[in-house]
Amino acid sequence: MKYEILPWLILFLPLLATAVITLFTLRCKMTSSLISIGAVVAGFILTIIFISANGFHINAETSTNWLTIGDLHVDFGLKLDALSLMMLLIVTGVGGAIHIYSFGYMDEDPGKARFFAFMSLFTFSMLGIVLANNFLEMFIAWELVGVSSYLLIGFWFEKHSAGDAAKKAFITNRLGDFGFLLGILMVWGLLGSLNFSVLQNSIVANPAALGAMATTAGLLIFCGAVGKSAQFPLHVWLADAMEGPTPVSALIHAATMVAAGVYMLCRVLFLLDADALHVIAYIGGFTALLAALIAVQQNDIKRIIAYSTLSQLGYMVMAVGLNGPTPAMFHLTTHAFFKALLFLSAGSVILATHHEQDIWKMGNLRKKMPVTFWTFLIGALALSGIPPFSGFYSKDSIFAQCLEQKNYLLFGVAVFVAALTAFYTFRLFFVVFFGKEKSDHAKHAHESSLVITLPLIVLAVFAAIGGFIGVVNNYYSQFAPNHEALSFVQQLIEPLKTPVPMLIGIGVALLGIFLAFSFYKNATNDPLPAKLGKLAEAMKNRFYFDEIYEATFIRAHDFIATVADWIDRWLVEGFCIGAIRGGTDLSGRALRLVQTGNLQTYAFLFVLGVAVLLYFVLGK
Amino acid sequence: MHVGLEHYLTVSFLLFALGLLGVIMRRNLLVIYMSLELMLNAANLALVAFSRFNDNLNGQILVFFIITVAAAEVSVGLALIVALYRKRQTAHVEDLTSMKL
Repeated sequence: MKYEILPWLILFLPLLATAVITLFTLRCKMTSSLISIGAVVAGFILTIIFISANGFHINAETSTNWLTIGDLHVDFGLKLDALSLMMLLIVTGVGGAIHIYSFGYMDEDPGKARFFAFMSLFTFSMLGIVLANNFLEMFIAWELVGVSSYLLIGFWFEKHSAGDAAKKAFITNRLGDFGFLLGILMVWGLLGSLNFSVLQNSIVANPAALGAMATTAGLLIFCGAVGKSAQFPLHVWLADAMEGPTPVSALIHAATMVAAGVYMLCRVLFLLDADALHVIAYIGGFTALLAALIAVQQNDIKRIIAYSTLSQLGYMVMAVGLNGPTPAMFHLTTHAFFKALLFLSAGSVILATHHEQDIWKMGNLRKKMPVTFWTFLIGALALSGIPPFSGFYSKDSIFAQCLEQKNYLLFGVAVFVAALTAFYTFRLFFVVFFGKEKSDHAKHAHESSLVITLPLIVLAVFAAIGGFIGVVNNYYSQFAPNHEALSFVQQLIEPLKTPVPMLIGIGVALLGIFLAFSFYKNATNDPLPAKLGKLAEAMKNRFYFDEIYEATFIRAHDFIATVADWIDRWLVEGFCIGAIRGGTDLSGRALRLVQTGNLQTYAFLFVLGVAVLLYFVLGK
Repeated sequence: MHVGLEHYLTVSFLLFALGLLGVIMRRNLLVIYMSLELMLNAANLALVAFSRFNDNLNGQILVFFIITVAAAEVSVGLALIVALYRKRQTAHVEDLTSMKL
């Protein structure tokens, strides 16, 4: 492996940027943002240099001993293979575009320097997950991602809702991480190592090494992905996380952090047995369906995209569960492009309409914001799976995977979700960019500056061509070494090999777009609630998941907290500590009486002492 | 009647007990002070008696020292009492309880 130092630099430059910004340049907005952007862009360039020197098809590790406790040896190491190199490109590339965009988006914010410090911390943590070569290192980076997402969601902490959303995201993630930690401990207990390569070798050598606990261990590890990738039942945090600034939504809640769960599943796919994969597939499918239904009736521009993210993550998890890491990672990559693009375009719209997020107060922005209009259109087409945009290729590979595994139920779910996706995406699109202006802000909107539109254009190019530029070859080289690399033309016509899912996919997407067009072409309010009645109400209220959790888990938790508080206050503090404190106080008061201050009493006690002493010395 | 060591020691013990009782019971500082001297002299008597009956002069030499030191101590103690009386206008121990909190 050439240039072994480069991955270390890529990993630690953002951390260095965080340290420099927080320690020295917090008062200088310009310097801070340039340092942060410089770190991530340098990371991107170094990644390209590293790949051009070594190629994608290496499988190497570089590590240094970190700690040794008894039998446990943990390295701090970096794993470099096609999977992690692709993720490096996504995190530094898409992340870099978002960093540059933030430079424009956060221009008027007084906390800009702090924002960029957090962004760099997040980039470091995410690169840590991607490059980790063992479970412990990954878990630490995993938690750091949780912390930095907490900081970024709660960036506008003066807003009460932002603080609450940050706490909700962090705590929900912790629930999943607890299972993840148990899974890691179980794997270590059974196989005696945390290093991915060592684990893989021992599983390959002895497929039954995990024994009866295989399914349990697999599902516990999946818990981590459920939290990070916001799968049912821990999906509730992602929509609330939209309280953060829009670049944060794009970086964390579209392109990278939520992808970490899927990435982790692909990284440790060898640990998951058939039963665990089965559960994973159905949870993924259910999440995709649930989130798509909810997205249909949301009115906040960012929330719609957030639920669409949930739904697409469901697709990826489902693909992993159907034993298709290649389609999953392929969709993750294209999704990173077009979802970051959609979020950033939405941010551009929000900025132009003075932080208006209700789509029913926008309208007719097509003429006023031409660049944003076109980039959003490309993102929406890619998300809906219209050829030849990137989303079409990756989604088609997931459909094909469903059919290959002969899982017709999940294929049906996937197709239905695809129709819903096209419908809600273009609902948003028509309401925001067509029709009449529905508020004064929309009337006075104007196109954003170049620092904002440039990243949009770059991302739009990748969202358009991402499906046939060799992404999928790199994943094949990781997961199916025998699969021969496809040429450019072969990639272009790859979906034609399985015409059934391709035609169904295009058909439902067009159907969804057509329905959205007929309902929302010139609509000034939503016609769906009148047609669907109760169902629309339930969709709008996110199927009451928050309320159900409030009434059950949170209520139960509050009850336990009250009991614990009572025990602490009255038993521990009142009785145990109180008895010691009160006893000391009481004996102190009693002993105080002995101190009369009268010399003769002291003399008397003194003599008494001497007498007792003499009795013991001489009397025996 | 033969007078032996035990007789001297009995007298010495009685003197010491009287002095101790005076120190503990009496309220006037001057009387307490005199009682202290009584205890000191009880010790002197015991030392002299031991010295005499054991044919060893060390005890008597020690007594000279004690008398000398006692004389110095009395002068210092009396001076303190006079100073105290001038300051507080009393020589009774019940009134002197500033050590009590």
